[in-house]
Amino acid sequence: MPELGQKKLLGADDIRRAVARLAHEVVERNQGVESVVLVGLRTRGLPLARRLQQRILEFEGVEVPLGELDITLYRDDVHQRAPRPLSPTSIPVDISDKTVVLVDDVLYTGRTIRAALDALIDLGRPRSIQFVCLIDRGHRELPIRPDYVGKNVPTSRHEKVAVRLEEIDGIDEVALIAPVEATL
Amino acid sequence: MTLEVLSRPSLAQARQLQPARRQRRHVLDLDDFSVAEIEAVLETAGAMQDVLQRPIKKVPTLRGKTLITVFYEASTRTRVGFEVAAKALGADTVSVAASTSSVTKGESLIDTIRTLQALGADFVVMRHHQAGAPYVVAEEVGPVTSVINAGDGWHAHPSQALLDLFTIRERLGRISGLRVAIIGDVLHSRVARSNLWGLTLMGANVVLCGPPPFLPAAGFCDGLPWNLERTYRLDEALDGADVIMLLRMQLERQTGGMFPSLREYVRTYGLTEERLARAKPGAVVMHPGPMNEGVEIDPRVARGPQSAIEDQVRNGVAVRMAMLYLLSGLPA
Amino acid sequence: MIRLAGGRILDPASGRDEIGDVLIDDGRLVERLAPNGEAVIDVSGFVVAPGFVDLHCHLREPGFEDAETIATGTRAAAAGGFTTVCALADTRPSTDTGSDVEALLTQALRDAVVRVLPLGTTTKQRAGQELSEMADMAAAGAVAFSDDGRAIRSASLMRHALEYSLLVERPISSHAQDADLAEGGVMHEGPLATVLGLKGIPREAEEIAVARDLALARLTGGRLHLAHLSTAGAVDQVRRAKAAGVRVTAEVAPHHLVLSEVAITDRPYDTNARTDPPLRSIDDARALLEGVRDGTIDCIASDHSPRRWVDKACEFDQALPGISGLETTFGLLMRLVHSRTLSLAELIGALTHRPADAWNLPYGTLAPGAPADVVVLDPDQAWVVDPERFLSKGKNTPLGGQALRGTVLLTVAQGRIAYRNGL
Repeated sequence: MPELGQKKLLGADDIRRAVARLAHEVVERNQGVESVVLVGLRTRGLPLARRLQQRILEFEGVEVPLGELDITLYRDDVHQRAPRPLSPTSIPVDISDKTVVLVDDVLYTGRTIRAALDALIDLGRPRSIQFVCLIDRGHRELPIRPDYVGKNVPTSRHEKVAVRLEEIDGIDEVALIAPVEATL
Repeated sequence: MTLEVLSRPSLAQARQLQPARRQRRHVLDLDDFSVAEIEAVLETAGAMQDVLQRPIKKVPTLRGKTLITVFYEASTRTRVGFEVAAKALGADTVSVAASTSSVTKGESLIDTIRTLQALGADFVVMRHHQAGAPYVVAEEVGPVTSVINAGDGWHAHPSQALLDLFTIRERLGRISGLRVAIIGDVLHSRVARSNLWGLTLMGANVVLCGPPPFLPAAGFCDGLPWNLERTYRLDEALDGADVIMLLRMQLERQTGGMFPSLREYVRTYGLTEERLARAKPGAVVMHPGPMNEGVEIDPRVARGPQSAIEDQVRNGVAVRMAMLYLLSGLPA
Repeated sequence: MIRLAGGRILDPASGRDEIGDVLIDDGRLVERLAPNGEAVIDVSGFVVAPGFVDLHCHLREPGFEDAETIATGTRAAAAGGFTTVCALADTRPSTDTGSDVEALLTQALRDAVVRVLPLGTTTKQRAGQELSEMADMAAAGAVAFSDDGRAIRSASLMRHALEYSLLVERPISSHAQDADLAEGGVMHEGPLATVLGLKGIPREAEEIAVARDLALARLTGGRLHLAHLSTAGAVDQVRRAKAAGVRVTAEVAPHHLVLSEVAITDRPYDTNARTDPPLRSIDDARALLEGVRDGTIDCIASDHSPRRWVDKACEFDQALPGISGLETTFGLLMRLVHSRTLSLAELIGALTHRPADAWNLPYGTLAPGAPADVVVLDPDQAWVVDPERFLSKGKNTPLGGQALRGTVLLTVAQGRIAYRNGL
């Protein structure tokens, strides 16, 4: 089994600054946050969405509604693996006619976002859907593009991007994990 | 695959051997479920309830899969419950009633099921009058097709027990430590049996209550490793009960000599408001349906605030969705 | 207030056997009476015992009032020393429901001079098809259930009946006789029947049925009571079953203990000696007596079966079975005491606390506080049986004209004098 080496890509301060910038971008692009709803995906998208909500509150004085979305039932690989446990889906406002801003930690193949789009459309008819990701690691398999990116990180397929957040992992950092070649 | 519950030396041990991780292929009875598995069903059912409350009550999870129901005995709740559940998960459903199928021409059970498999069934939900029939079928068509037992003779009705557990937890917040009275013709009830396995596994204390010909013999209860009481007296069973599960008193059965008349049954075992008052305040009244109002249950109780009977029916869809979802993966 | 003074108090329930007074006040036995006002009856030289308890008595009402009524039957009972009689349900209509039980009790309140406890049928109309509403009847006051006169043919139905006994906590009394083997039989099957040219009922008819009922009692844990046993084989089976813990009780009728099939020939083809089950051999009688003495058979019950004259004054195979036995029970059984095969205390025990205990009835004892059910007996007085002088409407007895030794002098039922003869 090859040894795994870790390379730190972002530290706590980097993440903080990225979140601040993303929050401003969302507000600027939407000319205010009047009809914006933040929706966090799966595990780590939710705390990120909460942080965005917090920053927006700080500098705009407006609390943007925050929801969470579980896309397990919409995945296209349901029958290729053991059934995953389901997380709650709960969005406190009607999303019809709103601008839904989806938030996730890592954008990779784009299949997660594809499932999220299907789920959202079953929940209502948003005016538009935008997408924030903290890390874009490339290797899209579907024509999906993010609207807001924290950092672009080129990776190869056998590498893994690990986003760790204080709320879940106790620490804020983003690491690149790659197998290390053993020396003979 | 578990056929003879009582012949296993330690039922408790056997159940612990089922880790939740191993991908389950069939649901034939609750006696081979572990606590973790039942928890998984109940939690998933909660999430499925959310889906059923959305404007679009459908998700694409089982899109492209086919569920075929084969019922040799009549049913409304169970059959329609499975069909609605399957459709909510995006599957296609086909319903076969034995009375209108080639069974009337003498086609055997195995041939019928094999035909359905060849016609593309991914899930077969079957109800049969002979105990053990689904096990034979599962041997034949698994692992390609999942078999779900919707009731086999007196033996088992796992989806009913699961939705009963879900309803209890929804109403009372827990299952462990509750006193649950199962009342009526226990001996001939698959609902009673499956509930017995489910409730005791989840830590409830069960009281079986009914007329002597309708209860398992005293020796049966002594031989099992859980807290199981047995009484002929309704008032004893109701004392301090948190949950009261009533079983349908089958009209056909009382002419078989075991009980003199419905009138006598009503007087001795009918749950009236007055008798219900002996249970704990807020005790939940349940019934798998269809009810004989005025026999085992007074209409006022059936429609009263303590009745969870409609909840059971409603929860049946979410619980069956959870069952189908948890059967849908590949073996790990 | 009554004082029965100076008699020999014989109460097998408590083991009392001593000279003394029995005090009665307000329907109960008491230890002290308020001074003055009591009626004193001198019973010195006689035996004072608890009133007899009869688990098997046909009062024929409602439906067969020609043969007997509650009024006449209970008067006959009092004359026989009985203060409690259990009335069988083979009336017309049969006692099938709670309201039938209530009706009987209401009528007994009016007409009876002793306590009447109703039995209900085990199956509706004793047809052997469906169970009767035993819970309803038990709640109304039925003390046991029986299809007596008929056996329950279906083993599965008998099984269900015994299971039901667990719910209602009352015994199922069984007329244990295989209906097919007994079909057409009119007396005990043996040489005498051959000589007389009558069809017999073999012992096996009872033995097979008893075996079946005992097996079902063992299977279900239910409460079985075997009525009017008549064979040695049945006694053996009951003995083994009791040793194995089966919940069975049994009774025997006076005529099966003292008489034998020979009674049919005292007068040629005496239909008064036709009973169901039939009178059998002396060996059977001996085995039955042994059973009473060792506890295998719990008690003696009269099986009082009064018949109209027209039902006995006919050919043997047309005659209805039965002996009008309440008034001769004590005298007939005293033959055993006088021949020293049974003690007086054993006899009285078998007529008082032992039947009461078999069915959990709170009677049959002279304990203070108990209901004042008392009988005064003269164990030695000789008399000749004259059926025409019976208080029962039923004059059907094979003992007419025979001498007996032992009479009932006084019967007090719940504190009131129900019968008085010579005191």
